[in-house]
Amino acid sequence: MKPAPFHYLAPATVEAAVALLAEHGDEAAVLAGGQSLMPMLALRLTAPAILVDINRIGALERQSIDAAGYSFGALVRHADAWAAVRADDPAHLLARALPHVAHQAIRHRGTICGSLALADPAAELPACAVCLDAEIELAGPAGRRRLTADAFFEGLYTTARRPDELVVGVHVPRLGPDTRFGFDEVARRHGDYAILGLAARALVVDGCIKDCRLVYFGAGARPVVATAAQAALKGAALDDGHAHGRAAAAVMGELAIDPDLRYGATYKRQLATALLKRIIGQWKAPQ
Amino acid sequence: MSDLGLETTATLACTVNGEPVRAIVPVRQSLVDWLRHGLGLTGSHVGCEHGVCGACTILVDGRTVRGCLMLAMQVDGLAVETIEGATASGRVVALQAAFRERAALQCGFCTPGMVLTAAELLASEPRPSRARIREAISGNYCRCTGYQAIVDAVAAAGGND
Repeated sequence: MKPAPFHYLAPATVEAAVALLAEHGDEAAVLAGGQSLMPMLALRLTAPAILVDINRIGALERQSIDAAGYSFGALVRHADAWAAVRADDPAHLLARALPHVAHQAIRHRGTICGSLALADPAAELPACAVCLDAEIELAGPAGRRRLTADAFFEGLYTTARRPDELVVGVHVPRLGPDTRFGFDEVARRHGDYAILGLAARALVVDGCIKDCRLVYFGAGARPVVATAAQAALKGAALDDGHAHGRAAAAVMGELAIDPDLRYGATYKRQLATALLKRIIGQWKAPQ
Repeated sequence: MSDLGLETTATLACTVNGEPVRAIVPVRQSLVDWLRHGLGLTGSHVGCEHGVCGACTILVDGRTVRGCLMLAMQVDGLAVETIEGATASGRVVALQAAFRERAALQCGFCTPGMVLTAAELLASEPRPSRARIREAISGNYCRCTGYQAIVDAVAAAGGND
């Protein structure tokens, strides 16, 4: 239960970190919060030759909240992001989702960007990023680029990040005042990875769902957008039970959930409809 | 990769329980292993070594962390507090008394992590509900008590008997 030997480097700038990644590529692993990487090292699921610890890069600690939205640098911890978002908008999707990410001691170290870069399909934040149309900012030898969350997540622990790129931040656009958020998950114990979860938002005008986004996690290799269920709800009144039923049926039809080691596909699809009902309930509640 | 000519040990300077410490540590040594084997502070326990059990809970710059999920090297320049320091300062005395009173420990392996985690909860929420206490200690395993007595003790120390 000890990591295999590695070389440890702690660059002071993004440029220096990117240069190390460009030089060593797949041989290097980036250490940010370490709350997933350290267990993987201890279990020897991975054994990088070089650990690039970015915790000394002060520029990556920045977070900003303004009219455009939220920006979190690569070193912004879950706990600090949660405090900032709650202060700005207690009903926001991130304010609802972050308490479900592991436990406080882990949220003190773990980072928003690290959760995104890892791309665990059962994790909350990748689904939130897709739901919120967040943009992930990457720095590489050729400069910086931004990718939408939808384009960033490719598959199981797989993203569009190239081996010579560093995730330096995530940008979450501010949504209009008519936006309502919903978040829930089913887990055996608070803080565990969810069996299944749902991150959602709706644009509600005069009691009518003008548009909505439903993103499941734990349902596939990457965050799964329930497009048919979204279509079933679009244009419906918020309290239209028939539309809710059509959306639930659509979810059952469109989610191709694989059974995991503990839970069968039928059970997980039933969870998917139960979560949808709870989320619509959250949309109805005053926010 | 030995042709990189990089060191496998590094020098570290931090404070531990208020005392300045300088040490040479293996770069792959975890923080909790260094505290136990390097400094003899064996109050922080090593359970699962992959961040699941909470027995190694310590404070870095005033916030709880998993001692097994940080490298010792990473506390260079930071302030570390262990259960030994928290005990000596007296800041967890009420919790420790409540744990004794309510028999909230049997083997004691989880207790240092439980106490530090509970102290952090009570510092931010003086009278937490039992549900909130359960949520706060959900990252700390106890294999003896069944948790009821621990929740009792934390509620009592929080004045929510």
